[in-house]
Amino acid sequence: MKQVYSVPKSLRPVSTHYCPGCTHGIIHKLVAETIDELGVRDRAIGVASVGCSVFSYDYFDCDFQQAAHGRAPAVATGIRRTVPDAVVFTYQGDGDLASIGTAEIVHAAMRSENITVVFVNNAIYGMTGGQMAPTTMVGQRTTTSPEGRIKGLAGEPIRVSEMLATIPGATYVARVSTTSPAHIAKAKRAIKKAFEVQLAGGGFSLVECLSTCPTNWGMSPVEAMEWVDKNMIPYYPLGEFRTPEGGQTNG
Amino acid sequence: MKKVVVNEAKCKGCGVCVNFCPKSALAMADRINSKGYHPAELANEAACISCGICGRVCPDAVIEVFKP
Ligand SMILES: Cc1ncc(C[n+]2csc(CCOP(=O)(O)OP(=O)(O)O)c2C)c(N)n1
Ligand code: SF4
Ligand code: SF4
Ligand code: SF4
Repeated sequence: MKQVYSVPKSLRPVSTHYCPGCTHGIIHKLVAETIDELGVRDRAIGVASVGCSVFSYDYFDCDFQQAAHGRAPAVATGIRRTVPDAVVFTYQGDGDLASIGTAEIVHAAMRSENITVVFVNNAIYGMTGGQMAPTTMVGQRTTTSPEGRIKGLAGEPIRVSEMLATIPGATYVARVSTTSPAHIAKAKRAIKKAFEVQLAGGGFSLVECLSTCPTNWGMSPVEAMEWVDKNMIPYYPLGEFRTPEGGQTNG
Repeated sequence: MKKVVVNEAKCKGCGVCVNFCPKSALAMADRINSKGYHPAELANEAACISCGICGRVCPDAVIEVFKP
């Protein structure tokens, strides 16, 4: 029999601590498939952030470093500049990247650091028990917004991809989803393109992946995927916001 | 060998593969794995078209798919 789907080699054959149905796992697989297909496992250095994905260094079968909360782009910058041959990527949640780490991500993009950022937007702080994140939707209930996020108090959610796309140094910026086979296929293409931009020396690349947190959203894994489609995608449109060619396919 | 090979011990019983199978060939088994979850299984091999979707959507890298 011919194998039509095999699990990526750049993932270690271990069980993760992620909750059942959490799409962090799908994003891990897409990054690992990309590393496999580009043949860069020996050169890849990942930077893990603080959040549910903190243990990603145990799951990827490549070199890894762990960064303090929000500082992964700064650590990746150091690695980039000391190991010129490395393929450097960060893996960051929305609490990590869009809250405590806002300065680091903006300035890494501004400098057009030749790194790839995998940004997991699940609209909540997952690891710490479901607090409101900058990306939480207006009206979304979290442990720190029990009546739902209130626009007049907490503002409206930050659109990181659109914001970074205003920065000339941000060479490739895309937003994808992980909530259907078609979305996952597009997410894979975007992540691979981001790594290819880096391999070509093109500068900063980021893929924002809309992701689920069934546990803290209080939904089944499939309901959580449907919630992303219904509530997040209309506010966080999918597509490419900046490409090396200058094109845009968002909206 | 089956068209869909499930690494049962790693399955977290999330049901995502069952939900996206276009041929309703998968189901959650009655048995419980070592993690305490009902694992996914290929309940109707004849219906399976080896499309690979279940493998691609599984967050836990549990499934591999083969075509006869
Ligand atoms: C300096 C510092 N401040 C706060 C925390 C607490 N903390 C741990 S994870 C986290 C947020 C995680 O949310 P996110 O980045 O969205 O990742 P997720 O867990 O949702 O994948 C926070 C605030 C910390 N570990 N270190
Ligand atoms: S808490 Fe949420 S983000 Fe963290 S592993 Fe569980 S489902 Fe995933
Ligand atoms: S390979 Fe396709 S048809 Fe077969 S069980 Fe998986 S999703 Fe269903
Ligand atoms: S998607 Fe994966 S973990 Fe979830 S039930 Fe299917 S095989 Fe198990």
